[in-house]
Amino acid sequence: MLGTLMKVHVIVMPKQSVLDPQGVAVRNALKDVGLDTVESVRVGKFLELEFRSPPAEMKLEEVCRDLLSNPVIEDYTIQYYSRADS
Amino acid sequence: MKIAVIQFPGSNCDQDCLRALTDGLRVPAEYLWHKETSVFGFDAVVLPGGFSYGDYLRCGAIARFSPIVKAIVRAANDGMPVIGICNGFQILCEAGLLPGALIRNQSLHFVCQPVWLRVETGETPFTAKLDKERLLRMPVAHGEGSYFAEPATLATLQSKRQVVFRYVDESGKSTRESNPNGSVLNIAGICNEARNVVGMMPHPDRAWDRRLGSEDGKLLFESLVGKLESAVIP
Repeated sequence: MLGTLMKVHVIVMPKQSVLDPQGVAVRNALKDVGLDTVESVRVGKFLELEFRSPPAEMKLEEVCRDLLSNPVIEDYTIQYYSRADS
Repeated sequence: MKIAVIQFPGSNCDQDCLRALTDGLRVPAEYLWHKETSVFGFDAVVLPGGFSYGDYLRCGAIARFSPIVKAIVRAANDGMPVIGICNGFQILCEAGLLPGALIRNQSLHFVCQPVWLRVETGETPFTAKLDKERLLRMPVAHGEGSYFAEPATLATLQSKRQVVFRYVDESGKSTRESNPNGSVLNIAGICNEARNVVGMMPHPDRAWDRRLGSEDGKLLFESLVGKLESAVIP
């Protein structure tokens, strides 16, 4: 029996003010394979966290700010899901 | 006098740094493992290049939380000279000892080549023996070495003379062509406001002997040793 797991998704994206050369390279590749109306691409990270019990919100914000992202160059978004199967 | 060279899982320039000190300068230096909790007994710290913790998450992101880096932050805040080279620079930025961040090279290529650097300030323990505007030759070897900071941070760095090295051409001009990674303002190295912490992407540890193609890197370590010797009360 798995029980109810809490799932949290953290999305980390380069800030708009930071040049994202990887995104530019992917955009150019997309144009090359025929997706010619693509305007821009930014490449970030997606992290999936599972918890036995809900994490303290402040602690989660703290680790997103200090470890999972670097506030100098990245922004993060946290999404909560109540069940592992949702 | 004793200098610590920090070893993380994934460091790969630790031996270069140690030998620059022990063979190049004949000064005592020892490795210090990332799980150590103190730099007691050491007079300066070198954070070497490499791929600490596999560069997972971001370069230097996990190293920043290691026991030894916490100890280095405390020692640096007390004035101990600390230099971070390449991955060491990335760790110092992640740890908040230096402002800004190092991001993917603008070209997306790993760059491994000799570069020219211009010394922008002699007011650090690692450049004390160097005249401002002196040119140095040493290699870079990195994929994430493009220095980035917000305009306000850059303004502070400039007004407080915290830019230590710039990428330049052979004649000493900072040009677009001489910038190997897209760093803002051709910045190759910076220091903190207290000037005891220096981070740089180029490798002085790979340029301390004629057989390595350049001896210019040795000048940085000589500057440090000179500072440490003058600090000892006879």
